[in-house]
Amino acid sequence: MASTIVTFQLGEREVEVMVKPMTTLQAVLRYQLGQTAVKEGCRQGGCGSCTVLVDGEPMMSCLLPIEEVAGRHVDTLQTALPADAADPLQQAFIAEGAFQCGYCTPGMLLVARALLDRDPHPTRDAIIDALAGNVCRCTGYTPIVAAVEAAARARGDRDERGR
Amino acid sequence: MSPARHVVGRSVARSDALGHVTGRTVFTTDRAFPGLLHLKVVRSPVHHARIRGVDLSEAERVPGFVRALTHADVPHNVYTILGLIGVEPEEEFVLAVDRVRYKGEPIVAIVAESEQAALDAVARVKLDLLELPAVFDVEEALKPGAPIVTHWGNNTFMYEGHPCRRVRFGDVEAAFAQADHIVEGRYDTKPIEHAPTETTAAIAVPEANGRFTVYTNTQALYFSLDNTSIILQVPGNQLHFVGGTVGGGFGGKVDVIVEPLATLAAMKTNRPVKYAFSRQEEMQVSSTRSAWRIYMKDGVMADGRLIARKVTSYADSGAYSRQTPYALTKHAANAAGPYAIPNVSIDAYCVFTNRQPTSAMRGFGITMASFALEVQMDKIAEVVGLDPWAVRFINAYHNGDMKPHRKLVEDATLIETMQAAARLVGHELPDAFRTMTSDPRPDRGA
Repeated sequence: MASTIVTFQLGEREVEVMVKPMTTLQAVLRYQLGQTAVKEGCRQGGCGSCTVLVDGEPMMSCLLPIEEVAGRHVDTLQTALPADAADPLQQAFIAEGAFQCGYCTPGMLLVARALLDRDPHPTRDAIIDALAGNVCRCTGYTPIVAAVEAAARARGDRDERGR
Repeated sequence: MSPARHVVGRSVARSDALGHVTGRTVFTTDRAFPGLLHLKVVRSPVHHARIRGVDLSEAERVPGFVRALTHADVPHNVYTILGLIGVEPEEEFVLAVDRVRYKGEPIVAIVAESEQAALDAVARVKLDLLELPAVFDVEEALKPGAPIVTHWGNNTFMYEGHPCRRVRFGDVEAAFAQADHIVEGRYDTKPIEHAPTETTAAIAVPEANGRFTVYTNTQALYFSLDNTSIILQVPGNQLHFVGGTVGGGFGGKVDVIVEPLATLAAMKTNRPVKYAFSRQEEMQVSSTRSAWRIYMKDGVMADGRLIARKVTSYADSGAYSRQTPYALTKHAANAAGPYAIPNVSIDAYCVFTNRQPTSAMRGFGITMASFALEVQMDKIAEVVGLDPWAVRFINAYHNGDMKPHRKLVEDATLIETMQAAARLVGHELPDAFRTMTSDPRPDRGA
């Protein structure tokens, strides 16, 4: 089948890619657009390492045909969070040691980001529920949950100071 | 001295933390190379078979097919990873010759312009296999008449002329005759897949100076480099291995599986070649922790003293050795546990079956010994009517004790560790155990 052109918003910029039908968003982001923060742990919707935000909602890019995001807004870790790691969420992941190998970290961060945007003061259960689709084989999850809790507190403090 | 050097007692952020939280950490398959080719492998669909024929004609017609690699293309096709530390014989095939011994064993490698083309070509390779009887149980594999898995011997690894790793210390049978109680147990464990989030992968790149740069997520960079050098019969200085970033390993990325084929393909095509496991390959083909079967028989006195232990252990190595022979040696050295037992006999068998090869995983060989022997300690406590803590303090090894494999204990910490554990869980120990130390026993003075 012939390739088609798909246009979507990637972070701040509009991108246009030429792809064969049914190419995944994951493949386009990793291999055409240099977004290697999008990982490929399983390519079958099982691990969450390829999580991106589509219009702010976390989705597994390995299960999304590129046509599905035409005209929509896609964020990867590289476009959603600052490269100097200044975001409270990134700082909390570092402070809590919420990773060892780091392969699941981009997906974890984006799921956490979406959760905190939707619910700035999530309960511990809500955090665990939000992270349920993302597999980590190193940490046992405890420091990841602690990092999201710490980030929620830090964002709250920042908002207080901002008033 | 700068304050940064004072790190004891403080939390220090990982050096790779910034990369992890910004997505800039570069894992093996994050690297892009112009003209990258993709390698996929035709695998045995059955557990044990004679290969009567391989027909590549349809695969070669797939658009994007570049070339196939068979055993005839591999300069030194038979290897064993631990050959580097003197383990013999070389016995695993990079690509199968005339027989496959486990489901998933590589037979032919296909190199293609795209991953999809490689997969399409793999699907079109026709195999003519004569299926053979297979064996999947360690004790079945040792019975007369069992299918023989190896091409060089029987179904056990040989340790200095013996079919098992042996430890002999004191006289267990005499001690059993004197014991007040005999406590026996059988312990079975299952294979465990490491399931790293990042699958096993390598990319080999031909450089302008004739060398090959090999990017890999191996946990054992020099094992990979040296084995690749042996398999491809090229000097190590022609190979530049780049590693260090591993997306989860746990012992599962020490087996030198992807680098030799990726590098061979790069040599044959003069183009960069990527060989990355799919999730299915990672789960079904990569090594697992071995399944173990352990029989333990302990002779115990009424006061809780463990005077004799006899162990017969079988680790399922799968079809090839990989790191499992070494696991049995570690196991045999540790099956008495951190306890002073004057009479010990251990037979630890590394058994070949038609299952997926097994290898290293966190504490391999020892973890299963600890499981079995600590359950034994609890059983002993029950039989002699003592507190499980007491049985362990009474039998704990001390500095100056001789372990069954003739290693003098110089760094015993069991007693102090148990005391710390008791404090942490709020368990009150009797004075005798609370004040005990690992110092040499008075009756065995220097």
